[in-house]
Amino acid sequence: MRPQFKILSDELIEQIIAEGFELLMDPGVRVHNEEALELLADAGAEVDSDAQIAYIPRDIVERALETAPSDFDLYDMNGEPVVHYGGDSVQFDPGSAAITVLDSETQEQRAPVTEDFVKFVKLVETLPQLDAQSTALICTDVPEEIGDLYRLYLALNYMEKPIVTGAFRKDTWWTMKDMLVAVAGSEQALAEKPIAIFDVCPSPPLLWSDLTCQNMIDCARYGIPSELVSMPLAGATAPVTIAAAVVQHTAECMSGVTICQLAEEGAPIVWGGSPAAFDMREGTTPMGAVGTWMIDTSYTEVGKALDLPTHAYLGMSDAKVVDAQCGLESAGGTFMAALAGVNMVSGAGMMDFESCQSYEKLVIDAEIIGMAKRLIAGVEARDEPIALGLMRKLGHRADYLGELHTAKWFSEEQYIPSAVIDRGSLEGWKKKGAKTAWERAQDRVGALLATYEPSPISDDLRDELRAITLKAAQRFGMDELPPLPED
Amino acid sequence: MTEDILTEITRSLVACEPDRTAELTEKALEEGTEPLAVINQGLVPGMEAVGEKFQAGEYFLPQMVIAANAMQQAMDLLEPELHARQQVSESAGTMVIGTVKGDIHEIGKSLVATMMSANGFRVYDVGVDVSAEAFIDKVKETDANLLGLSALLTTTMTAQREVVQALEEAGIRDRVKVMVGGAPVTQEWAESIGADGYAEDVIGAVALGKRLAS
Repeated sequence: MRPQFKILSDELIEQIIAEGFELLMDPGVRVHNEEALELLADAGAEVDSDAQIAYIPRDIVERALETAPSDFDLYDMNGEPVVHYGGDSVQFDPGSAAITVLDSETQEQRAPVTEDFVKFVKLVETLPQLDAQSTALICTDVPEEIGDLYRLYLALNYMEKPIVTGAFRKDTWWTMKDMLVAVAGSEQALAEKPIAIFDVCPSPPLLWSDLTCQNMIDCARYGIPSELVSMPLAGATAPVTIAAAVVQHTAECMSGVTICQLAEEGAPIVWGGSPAAFDMREGTTPMGAVGTWMIDTSYTEVGKALDLPTHAYLGMSDAKVVDAQCGLESAGGTFMAALAGVNMVSGAGMMDFESCQSYEKLVIDAEIIGMAKRLIAGVEARDEPIALGLMRKLGHRADYLGELHTAKWFSEEQYIPSAVIDRGSLEGWKKKGAKTAWERAQDRVGALLATYEPSPISDDLRDELRAITLKAAQRFGMDELPPLPED
Repeated sequence: MTEDILTEITRSLVACEPDRTAELTEKALEEGTEPLAVINQGLVPGMEAVGEKFQAGEYFLPQMVIAANAMQQAMDLLEPELHARQQVSESAGTMVIGTVKGDIHEIGKSLVATMMSANGFRVYDVGVDVSAEAFIDKVKETDANLLGLSALLTTTMTAQREVVQALEEAGIRDRVKVMVGGAPVTQEWAESIGADGYAEDVIGAVALGKRLAS
């Protein structure tokens, strides 16, 4: 049996959903996108074009919730389904779009460049605990206007795992789509076996910006999955109570699912988010707050009640260095996400709220993820009877270490950590240099990168991706792309 | 043919198939393979490979112990044949090992005993909660050149010092090298009580034992 976690009563879920429907009629949803407003109006919603507000009746939303698929897969570069959205499957990808990288030498945040992101992608490939890549760093050595697509270009050159990504503009989405089509072979092949999912983010409270709304519509039309990232900030841009923040999240996500399904019925879309319990002293958006985790796990239960795939930003820390706070916050969020059955948990490696990515934190987080995955795999009988045969054979001898039964089961029963986790004796630890978790993580990053196997994509495809990217770069005044780092 | 079966013996040890190791050892003897060849070209390379895999992080304690037990089982089959030929297997040394008085922790001590045995030592495991006199009697009886003293508690590690003192009083301190181990034990402690060596884990203990016995 899988360990169960439940945070909302059935009655509360029902009421949250009911109030979500109500909010879509009054005060309605702000939609700053003409195409979406037209879709909504055509479907029978009342639209105030001047105010750009849509009042969406319950039946339209209910129909959209019906037609949205309850599950779908993401595929790796070899065409294998490796990430399953739906049910209680739990998978992890790094937190995305960090604006800084934590320098491994100085432990200070700095602006990321091409080489940093390529190193990050390679590291994610080598970590078995991570199921997907993300466009985790925004490189500052290319024009800001291509910051989104350039990350995808780099990742596609080095990755095998599927990727969680997103666009920062309406026009760059098309370039990113072209890249994905180049990799998949055709638009149809991409829709059949998507290798990427796009984050689309409503703004709290109850607003669809032109950009993110268009990205969502375009994804739907091409059968590319999108992931709603609704982010109520409880006490600031959303009500302070957890249940009320979840009502806001519900309404925002319902409106997203509706626009998506009106654009293309059956298009894959994920009930996700990145909420936070506003910090009342600092005025910040803590990802390591228990209140944040409670909003995340609550809306996950709402999403499951609506039979939709789920996502959450969890497993991050607000710490500025990789310290005790960093570990405890990342562990707390990761375990909550795993127990709640969040299909895609974004956040590994991320710190300083959602600003900074760290290679060292990523390899530590991978250990937390390994433990969390072990936890939800649960306790099994394994043998029938469970212990009688073996214990009667050994009697009172303490010789289990030498039993074949032990060799058979230990690596499944136990999560075996890497050298990032120290479980040696005091003397043994001293002999290895008395290293801290940070130092062991540094060692691990180096060791893992040495094992990276280059992606098997063809030179022709690499050239095509480069041509697509270069064309976009040239529109924004960059004549040549930075060279790809040598392996 | 002979070479093939010896390679298979090595493989069976590495694959942690103790029944197969025993079966192949019997078969090798039936086919007329020299028992010393079974040891030196079959079993020893297998144990070495297992040790390498352990140190590389690929194997864990269960595989080590299973392989060591399989080797011991094979040695039990080979001993009568060696005896019949008036041969002896090359011994790295003779060791008496136990957990000191007042301490009943067994696992670390047994693990070291198993691995020392798999590495060619004749090992006499005297168990747990062993008095200084019992250690000395066994050392005298077996003419051991190594004595391993395990203690898992800060309150019992002082008994390691008592055994070293008792060896001196009995006048046999120079006949035997003393190695100490256990969670609270350190190199400094080993030196302060006049022991000859300390190792923090089983791999270190085997290396230390080989060094002290040579």
